[in-house]
Amino acid sequence: MKRPGTVLRLAAPLKVFAQRFAFLGLVAIAVGLMVLGKAEAPLVERVRMIVVDAVVPILDAVARPVATIAHVGERIREILDLHAENARLREENRRLLQWQAVARKLEAENQSLRELLHFTPDPTATFVSARVVGNPGGSFLRAVLVTAGSRDGVAKGQVAVTGDGVAGRVTEVGERSARILLITDINSYVPVLLEDSRDRAILVGDNSDRPKLVFLPANARPQVGERVVTSGHGGVFPPGLPVGIVVASGEAGVRVRPFVDFDRLEYLRLINYGLDGTLPMAAPGPTSRRGER
Amino acid sequence: MTPTLLQRLDLSIRQSAPVAITLLIAILMVVPLPLPGYTELAPDFVLIAVFYWTVHRPDLMRAWTVFLIGLLQDILGGGPLGLLALVLILVHAAIINQHKAFRGKSFGLIWAGFVLIAPAAHIVAAVLAFIVADASIEPSAFGFRLVLTIAAYPAVAWLLGRAQRAFLAGTAGQ
Repeated sequence: MKRPGTVLRLAAPLKVFAQRFAFLGLVAIAVGLMVLGKAEAPLVERVRMIVVDAVVPILDAVARPVATIAHVGERIREILDLHAENARLREENRRLLQWQAVARKLEAENQSLRELLHFTPDPTATFVSARVVGNPGGSFLRAVLVTAGSRDGVAKGQVAVTGDGVAGRVTEVGERSARILLITDINSYVPVLLEDSRDRAILVGDNSDRPKLVFLPANARPQVGERVVTSGHGGVFPPGLPVGIVVASGEAGVRVRPFVDFDRLEYLRLINYGLDGTLPMAAPGPTSRRGER
Repeated sequence: MTPTLLQRLDLSIRQSAPVAITLLIAILMVVPLPLPGYTELAPDFVLIAVFYWTVHRPDLMRAWTVFLIGLLQDILGGGPLGLLALVLILVHAAIINQHKAFRGKSFGLIWAGFVLIAPAAHIVAAVLAFIVADASIEPSAFGFRLVLTIAAYPAVAWLLGRAQRAFLAGTAGQ
């Protein structure tokens, strides 16, 4: 053996000194990196995304079988309550058909009114679908990594949605990966409005599952069960995207349960508003976009 | 008898097992599992692995590799760069300092050491996150995660012990 196990016996004082020095050096580098991350955020971000780009294929390879196993479990559960599910869906289908008739009528009415007014159409939007491969744990951050990056047209500030509603927005972009800051993160601010009362507010994450509404008008009394949608103010999120539902309203603050199930994020749609393309979405169209978080 | 090149290569691959396993855990930790609350509550397996290897094979888990492991976690997790790197080297230094206290001790005593170090590490991380990134944490999730991390230690340590015997039996060290 070349290296006997005496390395840590700290025989020579010189070795102690070298170790102390290495320790202090590493501490200094770590602190330096934290300061650098604050002072030179764009640079640090670029380096960070290069590393993430390199790791994302590994994550993708691991995430796929995990997703497959989860699907098998879900399939079994589905088969077990097929009957109840069928009844529920039939009922829902009946309801939705009514809504479809209403929507058709409104669409036609809208169309004719717009023609009357020479309304400027909303810019259309394009989107990229990306697989969620990273969901870093921990207590102080809510973000996910996806497998689409700048080469797919993803850019900072784009909105990430699922079929259920708003999930977050793009904060860091690598070549083939991007990081999405979720709306539950402490750094997330989403201008929203309450769908019934039309009261405006800001949805602020606090790293819990239930982000809170702040800056509500003084006389606003949000009702539990009221839907919350994006308001489009500030130009980051387009108006009208579903966000969540009020679950608590009182002295302790107003809490919202997001429509998106963050425990089961698999795919995200990253939407680029304002470019040419087609997207069957409610009401896209901010004119400016804030690039920074 | 001088070892042949192949033997030396074999040895160095075996000796890189602790770091390789810990890096792998750091990467796998990021993979999303469709379990409720997994993201917030998943035990800190990386901390367990760094603790285990630093206690049992400090010769194979050096300060700078611990630093790199923490840095990878910071990069993948998206938290402030250098934060977990700093926390992990502090953990590493604490164990090295108290190495005599850990040497040859029973599993229970080593676990007790982890019970002391894990909360300290998580509290330092939370305080740093608050200072650097203004990030507050949810106390209940913080507490649960800590409890789960401590509870997960025996199982993970057992698996790492198997790995240690598989890869490192007969190599230098404890």
